[in-house]
Amino acid sequence: MRTLLFSLVSTLAVAAALPALAAEKLTVYTYESFTAEWGPGPQVEKAFEAECGCDVEFVSVADGVALLNRVKLEGASTKADVVLGLDTNLTAEAKATGLFSPSGIDLASIKVPGGWTDDTFVPFDYGYFAVVYDTEKLKNPPKSLKELVDGDPSEKIAIQDPRTSTPGLGLLLWVKAVYGDKAPEAWAKLKNRVLTVTPGWSEAYGLFTKGEAPMVLSYTTSPAYHMIAESTDKYQAAAFEEGHYLQVEVAGITSTGAKNPLAKKFMEFMTGPGFQDAIPETNWMFPAGKTDKPLNPAFDKLVKPAKTLQISAEDVAANRKAWVDEWLGVMSK
Amino acid sequence: MHPAHPADSRIAAGIIALAAITILIGGAFLGLILEGARDTSGAIAAFDSYLFRVARFTLWQALLSTALSIIPAIFVARALSRHPAFPGRGLILRLFAVPLALPAIVVALGVLALYGRAGYFSGLFSSLSGGDWPGIYGLSGILVAHVFFNLPLATRLFLEALNTVPADQWRLASQLGMGARSSFRLIEWPALRASLPGIAGLVFMLCITSFTIVLTLGGGPRATTLEVAIYQSLRFDFDPARAVALTLLQIALTMAVVFALMRLGANTTGDANLSVTQRRYISAGHGETAFNAITLIAALAFVAGPMLATVLAGLDADLFRLAGESTVRRATITSLVLATLSACLSAMLALSLIMARRALALQRGTGEKSFLERMTDTGAGFVLVVPPIVIGAGWFVLLRHTGDVFAVAPIMVVTVNAVMAMPFAIRAIRPAYDAASERHERLCAQLGISGWNRLKLVDWPVLRRPLSTAFAFAMALSLGDLGVIALFGSDSVQTLPYLLLARMGSYRTADAAGLALMLGLLCLVLMLVADRLGKDASR
Repeated sequence: MRTLLFSLVSTLAVAAALPALAAEKLTVYTYESFTAEWGPGPQVEKAFEAECGCDVEFVSVADGVALLNRVKLEGASTKADVVLGLDTNLTAEAKATGLFSPSGIDLASIKVPGGWTDDTFVPFDYGYFAVVYDTEKLKNPPKSLKELVDGDPSEKIAIQDPRTSTPGLGLLLWVKAVYGDKAPEAWAKLKNRVLTVTPGWSEAYGLFTKGEAPMVLSYTTSPAYHMIAESTDKYQAAAFEEGHYLQVEVAGITSTGAKNPLAKKFMEFMTGPGFQDAIPETNWMFPAGKTDKPLNPAFDKLVKPAKTLQISAEDVAANRKAWVDEWLGVMSK
Repeated sequence: MHPAHPADSRIAAGIIALAAITILIGGAFLGLILEGARDTSGAIAAFDSYLFRVARFTLWQALLSTALSIIPAIFVARALSRHPAFPGRGLILRLFAVPLALPAIVVALGVLALYGRAGYFSGLFSSLSGGDWPGIYGLSGILVAHVFFNLPLATRLFLEALNTVPADQWRLASQLGMGARSSFRLIEWPALRASLPGIAGLVFMLCITSFTIVLTLGGGPRATTLEVAIYQSLRFDFDPARAVALTLLQIALTMAVVFALMRLGANTTGDANLSVTQRRYISAGHGETAFNAITLIAALAFVAGPMLATVLAGLDADLFRLAGESTVRRATITSLVLATLSACLSAMLALSLIMARRALALQRGTGEKSFLERMTDTGAGFVLVVPPIVIGAGWFVLLRHTGDVFAVAPIMVVTVNAVMAMPFAIRAIRPAYDAASERHERLCAQLGISGWNRLKLVDWPVLRRPLSTAFAFAMALSLGDLGVIALFGSDSVQTLPYLLLARMGSYRTADAAGLALMLGLLCLVLMLVADRLGKDASR
């Protein structure tokens, strides 16, 4: 017992002493799966530290939403120089806080569907939401969102709650982008196909891979993981005629970071191969900047959306609450 | 020195424990209220018809879950108590502690592995119902998972209460030739009834705060608890005023139910004599033995089923690679260290409160209970319905400008887990402490034994076994906990369940299943050690 206590206390002491040793330091707030050992974090940290001769510290919270809350709470006194991992549904709200400074970097190498012009936030990857299905269980996957909505209610889909999860909000916006004012009617039909609404992506995907539901809301890139890491074609994404809803993940420099020259350097590094090469097979998203290596051929086999759907960050910020309430009204009947 | 005074140090210990708990909970509320005072519109707007529906569903599922867990648990505990020496009894008791340590999503998947659309029983259910088995999504799924969590817990706590029945009473019953029915009515039921409100209240609190189980198995947002609304108000909207308002509503609802439950209970007058009988004289007849066997087998099958499914899923994982990973080993050590510290703190808090309550009750005699006594009794238990995310967020708000909040994270995890496990520890220890006090109080007063000497010489031998049970339970609970670190940032404290969810969140479902198996095994080993430690004391 005493040795356990001692080791904990000494760990704490070391943790507290460490920052004092580093001369030049960059603090990046991000989400957990970014800094996980199999995430892009470790590679990116090593590559950038070699380039800048500085110390990079990642601080991670649960997800993009928690990230924004964290920065809001800390306000102007935040330790973060860079916040990495917000998505386009959050950028309007993030900008409104006044805590972010213009990036001031050249966006020429940034390629995301629909182009990019924002001067504050810089994309680092993107992906499309998609219905992923089990080819062994579902012979006729839906070919459109309409077919998903009107299809056989005995063929179920596991989705996420838009109140607690990013993909859940993604599906809500996808339906809104396609159905507009008719979204409640669409949800009323889709409701019968919904097996359950989970709090996060993990639970829904877990149900899907356990065989509880033949479909799950995920990303077009999900099958790439199964093809590359598990060498199986069993799970595929369904291409929808109406197009797929886009998620762009971005990073921004805070007002604290505006005083640290390393922040801008990191943002420039982020758009180049040292960062981008790590993205596809660790974050399982498409790189938004220049890569050195070609993508794994499995990425070529993925669904290429006929059309990119997106609702502007401002519209999402203004309507999110009303739309979630509308969804709740239909789904809890 | 006046002989009645030895009680004072016990009351002081209780006051210190209460103060520590009040600071932890009060600090969190203070943080949120200071932050939320700027904009209270969200708190007022929260009280709409939707919230009313949510509150109604929350109460309904929690009441049903409690009834379905508690009533069978009484019979299972009784069966275990009537047959103190059949083979496998110890294993059953240890297995019954494992669900506590499993993260909710693991349990949900384990339950679905049996009763889901693709579960082992889906073929059977399909042919019985004459159609495709739709799975147990909805209220039934929620109830099955809650009973899986709470039936074993309640059984162990009821058994703890039955163990306090003095052996003399059993001998007397056997000499009088009492059958199963009359010994239940005259000996067991009074002991069970005294602990019933506490245990039922505990289970109710666990069910009313359920989150992942309700959302995942509930089938849709029709099944939503207040806890979900609280979580949403802090995570998505960051509206502290609303979070505080909803938490207060949750506490108020729980209080109403717990006070109603208290009317079911009764205060027993324990046996003031020292027990002279060493052995228990129980002879169950054939009919009773058969009934008990069926009860036990049914309960075991119900609890072991999802566990077995979890084990089978875990065996599919590459366990050797997992066990070799430095991250996994580090997370295991982190989990063990944090859980040990929490459990120590938790047992200390619980014992302080129990001693203070007993001392206050003795001082009071037959008069009205004081506020302090009520607080050391049921009051402190209400910490369970304060969501960990509320405590985490509140303290984060308070501490954010005071230097390094990350360094505080491990301390937060330890204290919050300790306080959350404290009500369980109380239920495990209190029957034994009160019964022992009933017997020894006068003796101690006469001999002038008090304070540390009393704890060491008089109470320790009796408390050793329930204390080790309480310790193991608190540790299991802390092992499985995930709640607190959400806002603090988790880099500094990566525990096993955290790692499990992280793996699940990045497609590595097999790894997650393997980690769940390891977590369960770890808990089983803990129970074994606790039993060993507790047994040494038995004369």
